[in-house]
Amino acid sequence: MKRYFHNLGEKLIEGLITISGTVTSITVLLIVFFLFKEGLGIFSQSPVAEGSVIAVHQNNPVKELKAEEVKEIFDQNITNWKELGGPNAPIKLFSIDDITDYYTEEQIGANFEYLPQRLNELVAKEPNILAFFPEEYLAKDFKGHQIKLANVSLGDFLLGRQWYPTIQPAVQLGVLSLILGTLWVSLGAILIALPLGLASAIYLAEIANPKVRNILKPVIELLAGIPSVVYGFFGLVVIVPLIQDLFGLPVGETALAGSIVLGIMALPTIISVSEDAMRTTPRAMKEASLALGANKWQTIYKVIIPYSISGISTAAILGIGRAIGETMAVLMVTGNASVIPHTFLEPVRTIPATIAAELGEAPQGGIHYQALFALGCILFLMTLVINLTVDFVSTKKKENR
Amino acid sequence: MNSVETKDVHLYYGDFHALKGITMAMKKNQVTAFIGPSGCGKSTYLRCFNRMNDLIDGVKIEGDILIDGVDIYKTNIQVDDLRKHVGMVFQKPNPFPKSIFENVAYGLRVNGTKDKRFIEERVERSLKQAALWDEVKDKLKKSAFELSGGQQQRLCIARALAIEPSVVLMDEPTSALDPLSTAKTEELIHQLKEEYTIVIVTHNMQQAGRVSDYTAFFYLGELVEYAKTKTLFTNPKDQRTQNYITGRFG
Amino acid sequence: MAFGTTSSSHKSKKLAQSAAFFIFRLLSFSVVAILLVILGFILVQGISVISWEFLTEMPREGMTEGGIFPALVGTLCLVAGSMLFAFPIGILSGIYIHEYAKDSWFKRFVKLMTNNLAGVPSIVFGLFGMTLFVNQFGFGDSILAGSLTLGLLALPVVIRTTEESLKSIDDSFRIGSLALGATKWQTVSRVVLPMAFPNIITGLILSIGRVSGETAPILFTVAAYFLPKLPTSIFDQVMALPYHLYVISTSGTDIEASRAMAYGTAFVLILIVLLANLLANWLRRYFGKKVKMN
Repeated sequence: MKRYFHNLGEKLIEGLITISGTVTSITVLLIVFFLFKEGLGIFSQSPVAEGSVIAVHQNNPVKELKAEEVKEIFDQNITNWKELGGPNAPIKLFSIDDITDYYTEEQIGANFEYLPQRLNELVAKEPNILAFFPEEYLAKDFKGHQIKLANVSLGDFLLGRQWYPTIQPAVQLGVLSLILGTLWVSLGAILIALPLGLASAIYLAEIANPKVRNILKPVIELLAGIPSVVYGFFGLVVIVPLIQDLFGLPVGETALAGSIVLGIMALPTIISVSEDAMRTTPRAMKEASLALGANKWQTIYKVIIPYSISGISTAAILGIGRAIGETMAVLMVTGNASVIPHTFLEPVRTIPATIAAELGEAPQGGIHYQALFALGCILFLMTLVINLTVDFVSTKKKENR
Repeated sequence: MNSVETKDVHLYYGDFHALKGITMAMKKNQVTAFIGPSGCGKSTYLRCFNRMNDLIDGVKIEGDILIDGVDIYKTNIQVDDLRKHVGMVFQKPNPFPKSIFENVAYGLRVNGTKDKRFIEERVERSLKQAALWDEVKDKLKKSAFELSGGQQQRLCIARALAIEPSVVLMDEPTSALDPLSTAKTEELIHQLKEEYTIVIVTHNMQQAGRVSDYTAFFYLGELVEYAKTKTLFTNPKDQRTQNYITGRFG
Repeated sequence: MAFGTTSSSHKSKKLAQSAAFFIFRLLSFSVVAILLVILGFILVQGISVISWEFLTEMPREGMTEGGIFPALVGTLCLVAGSMLFAFPIGILSGIYIHEYAKDSWFKRFVKLMTNNLAGVPSIVFGLFGMTLFVNQFGFGDSILAGSLTLGLLALPVVIRTTEESLKSIDDSFRIGSLALGATKWQTVSRVVLPMAFPNIITGLILSIGRVSGETAPILFTVAAYFLPKLPTSIFDQVMALPYHLYVISTSGTDIEASRAMAYGTAFVLILIVLLANLLANWLRRYFGKKVKMN
């Protein structure tokens, strides 16, 4: 009997342990599920601001527009129906505030009670009109044609250059500038961190005497522990003004500031991972090189670095991964302008910074909210690719042994 | 003529007295074997000849070591020049993560040789000397890790020969090999002594008997007995040597 | 066969080596210099702000005066909450991977997923925590939602620490225990875990330092912009140190006037990390000695 309970206990514990073992997998799957559930929603929503109507004269051959075209029209970059496949006639823009140009206050009514009727008249009367007004003023017998905006497509989303998630009348959800901004800042970070990090790793692994090493190692460990918001703060009060003065810029919040801060943050990862890799070089291999008359430096770059190259690449990839996903520090120092970057001295905006800055204001379930989740999906996929690459590189290395 | 000569060599690892006044001379173009139980100092002694012990912290060496008449612990000796002159083969095959060709060319390259033709000729010659050429001549560009253990060890021998040392040190070169590869390597050692002076550390007495001309027996950091191999194995003078070769300890 | 005469190739070899080593030494020390500048700058600027009042008072005057008490308490609550969740599950999970799981596709999958979770950016944890804990489970912006989110973030670190510590225990101890008739769990709980404990605990302390400074995951799950009172239940919102630093250095009511508060907050954040590191190092040494004595 006692033995039975004993076995039962053992089984229970094993079950509990197994369940705990699956928590991370379940979490990853749940993350994927929720991110994509919300994020994919943007492809089935119209980019017209909620509760608004865009309408044209019923005889106008233009029946459908893209969100981007609407913005171009309202920015007066497109002024003729011809450009949209319609007749050669100038577009007559109308938004609800212009109503007083056409009708007196009496005609509209003190409580706007006649407004729907007047709007109906106006659209019927003006063949070249493009009207934009709230849905509540849409007459029941509306004679004009309500323009349907094409849903956001994956191509528009990924390759669109404009990110104006709250603009009227049609939101612009192109994330290309955010993706490029993220990659741009991360690339800069790795360009700064890799030479410094590798040099330090080589120094620590092969050159420094044990005493120096024992001092430097904990210091670098500490560098890894400092919160990103503190790095961001340091960047904000020291690096940003420095860059502003040094290059005579109007603002110091630039991609360069982001890259420098991220580079410093990526250093500990790069140093410790590549140092560990170099330290696994078998002693016998180093001795063989020295015994052939190579000196220490030749041994380092001809034997140790080639031997640990997969570990070093892992370090670089992990460093990039950290930089891509970093939020707070970047949010604080890059200026967050959603334009495609051309130099390191311009403000940029990254994906994580966008999510952090805008999610608080996006109404839940709205297209902006879903777009931010879609950005989360992109970020998740980027880091997934990085993780799988790291996994692939390190298993390949094991097979080679 | 003596290739390696040592006078009263003492070596300390920190407080530990690992070699206790060793004086001996190794003849040119002969194979000298060091035998003795593990921890007797035979490998440590061997590693003095190309100053490999310099790499270990806290090692102190006293006495003179002369190679081809030059005192190698004198201050104006460049360690990498010395190591070019004294080749070494290690216990386990330890090829570099490079191609077969580059492994053999390594010593030439790190010592400043740039002439491509010269390197190619030397690699071929060394591989032939190491009796490996026929097996690898069609796959010189392949990774050295694709070779078998025995082939890897012969590659390491070729690698040591490529820089034309005058002395080749071998630290238990067959301990990680199967019997067939061991036999091949031993045969190789026999041929090599025509051009090189060979010093081999082995824990295997039969091997010492098979390959060497002279044998030295070490025990607890001392050189107990040093004689022609035949003499040492058939007519040892010291009781400790007798005990060792008859298998009573170690 | 002359040697001992210095050749020209030797000279250039030696020159290359000296140059390379010089550069490496220079770069390594500049890395350390960067760190010391950051630490030094914040510690020097922050130390004058630190006082008993700063640590124990509510923020006042649009967060330009007063203290950081609610943020400090909030961060302590979040750290405690997340560790309460992450430690047991993480340690058990590490035990599963290293001691129980058979070498199968499932184990590889679990390890891969754990690695992936470790690489997920912290802002994605924030998104996830908001959908699952705040909205789906209806916890609202609360200590509970924030702690769970932070706990998930810390989980891979705890698992890895446990796994590494278990790996360092020689198999002979396990075999020895099993050979005496102990069950698997008895072996793990009485032999393996006590031996691995020092390493596990050091790793855990370092992860506490890490969690206390995380901002992105708590943005949308718990952190309050300004809330000058202490929480009374796990369903309350709280302020938190890292978010507080972000707020007063970028979007407070008067950024210039709150600079001093910001330096003080950054000082406290760094202090927490420093203390965690020192404690971990001390424990490592303490246990190291104890093991040797045995």
